[in-house]
Amino acid sequence: MSKAILYDSTLCIGCRACESACADRWGLPYDDKIAAEEKISAHKLTTIETHGDHFVRRLCMNCVKPACASVCPVGALQKTALGPVTYDADKCMGCRYCMQACPFQVPTYEWSSRLPRMRKCNECYERQSQGKLTACAEACPTGATKCGDRDELIGEAQRRIAEKPGQYYGQIYGLKEVGGTSVLYLSAVPFEQIGLRTGVPSEPLPDYTWRVLELLPDVVSTGAVLLGGIWWVTNRREEVAKAEGRSPRRSGRPPSKNGQGGHAVVPEKLEGRK
Amino acid sequence: MTLGTGTPAAKRWPRITVWRAIFAAILLSGAYATYLRIFYGLGGSTNLSDKFPWGLWIAFDVMCGVALAAGGFTLVAIVHIFGIEKYRPVLRPCILTAFLGYVLVVVGLLFDLGRPDRLWHPLVMWNPHSVMFEVAWCVTLYSTVLFLEFVPVVCERFGWAKPAEWIHRISVPLMILGILLSTLHQSSLGSLFLIVPAKLYPLWYSPVLPLLFFVSAIAVGLAMTIFESWHSSRAFGRALELPLLASLGRVLAVTMSVYLWIRFLDLLQRGVLPLVARNRMETWLFALEIGLALVPTVLLYQRSVRMRPGALYACAVMVVFSVIANRLNVGTTGLEAGSGTHYTPKWSEIAITLSIVAAGFAIFRMVAGYFPIFEAQAHGNEHAVAEVSPQKKEVDPVAVG
Repeated sequence: MSKAILYDSTLCIGCRACESACADRWGLPYDDKIAAEEKISAHKLTTIETHGDHFVRRLCMNCVKPACASVCPVGALQKTALGPVTYDADKCMGCRYCMQACPFQVPTYEWSSRLPRMRKCNECYERQSQGKLTACAEACPTGATKCGDRDELIGEAQRRIAEKPGQYYGQIYGLKEVGGTSVLYLSAVPFEQIGLRTGVPSEPLPDYTWRVLELLPDVVSTGAVLLGGIWWVTNRREEVAKAEGRSPRRSGRPPSKNGQGGHAVVPEKLEGRK
Repeated sequence: MTLGTGTPAAKRWPRITVWRAIFAAILLSGAYATYLRIFYGLGGSTNLSDKFPWGLWIAFDVMCGVALAAGGFTLVAIVHIFGIEKYRPVLRPCILTAFLGYVLVVVGLLFDLGRPDRLWHPLVMWNPHSVMFEVAWCVTLYSTVLFLEFVPVVCERFGWAKPAEWIHRISVPLMILGILLSTLHQSSLGSLFLIVPAKLYPLWYSPVLPLLFFVSAIAVGLAMTIFESWHSSRAFGRALELPLLASLGRVLAVTMSVYLWIRFLDLLQRGVLPLVARNRMETWLFALEIGLALVPTVLLYQRSVRMRPGALYACAVMVVFSVIANRLNVGTTGLEAGSGTHYTPKWSEIAITLSIVAAGFAIFRMVAGYFPIFEAQAHGNEHAVAEVSPQKKEVDPVAVG
């Protein structure tokens, strides 16, 4: 039972109550100037974008299989069972791989800070784990932003499309994108017209990496045996050659004094040279 | 580029040469950029943004730095594991380059990380699903291995027999570990970008990125070996080990052929070759990268080219620049279109990067002058080196460049 947000662009009136409620919940400043910034940033974790006659809300998609959580080297980002992807600023070392990996370019950074953090919406994890609504859903006067169980919201979105097929572009954004997201969009027009990225794969992004990472144990064990074997053969050949009293090497260089030849990192005296 | 030639020890003040002046200017600008980085954060010292979180410091200082240091594991494998003894004279310079390279990569990381004080976090807070986690561990362990591989040189310099003996006992597993760790993280730097299929331009995004990074790292490791030998022969007035380097050039040609062939098959198989007909920035950068790879590969198959020091050196430099172009394309330019933004490094980013490179040259020169890195020198000029170098180091820390 994971939580999600359904955002219906056709119901949104662009009042920005969600922006204000979000700023309150994070303790961030909010005024007319910030309201006019139509992009998410470290001091504005959700925003309403205007695309002609249409509004669209941007916030962290809290993906079902989040790329950010999979790439974080210190596990500062976690996908919770409840649904939200949470962030632990005390672990974060600021490599910004989450920002690079996110297909929706959601994570933002406190660039001008000396002790910067990554910032993003966490779908009001604290509120939701207490059974409350997200701050944005609670503030929304028209029901354009609704929060609840993901499966139920998908059902509701499908119902809305079925009831008023003329009013909707008949698909749900977030159902399949990168394996599904916890923010679902309904729109009157094709999604690319309201600025949503439609080129993203439907396979979860962590799978792309895992296909290679899961080979590592094999690479290491095979590699170790192979390298060890090659060294053994090389070394053996040299010992045999030494026992038979001839030079084993392809080059004209005489074998080293200790007789074990090439495998030593240890410096050799160079009397034999020149 | 000629490294400053050794001045007589009697001279009290260093000669001012063009290269030393440039070196000093780079370090000064780097110092000011460091001040900006510390007091004004990444925002005040870089052109990075929310849409473009990685720039020159990751793409050059880290990705190129690690690749250019690949000669260390390549030569260890060739000489110690495969037992091809004739390459031994270039082994130590390679290990030194690799060790310095990794130290400088960590320095670069300290600039780039938002919280450099937490560099150690991945060692304690694990996420085995993260490629970055794997890279962090491999780089840490491999730097330790390189340090241990360099210890015998230090022991030889000071005549310490005991530590050398200890290291000798574990040398084989140590070297195998080093090769495995290198294989892992050289390829993993490519795996870092597997997660951005929708962002990285298709001429670079590929499911075989790890393989391409690994093979090109071996190639650039060999090229750097030729590059270093050429420079050190001039700086220290040594004879160039030409027959040896020429045969290394042939190995380089074969490695580059393998690399280009995999690259071609990959582009063909993904059906993105028609993209090269588009007049876009990416096409030209791709052409530059492939051109710089193709020309030396073809040339190095000619014996006459390999046997001419200048030509051999030029080919090695082209390979180095091709791999640098590749890493920069994967790490920055190839991501611009997909990120919907443009990125040009700020002057301070370039200043830091140049300072790190300059410091690398300088430290290499100092260490090579003080420790027995080059065999001929260790054999012939031992006394001269021991007398001249320490003095010069004290009087004039910027005696190079």
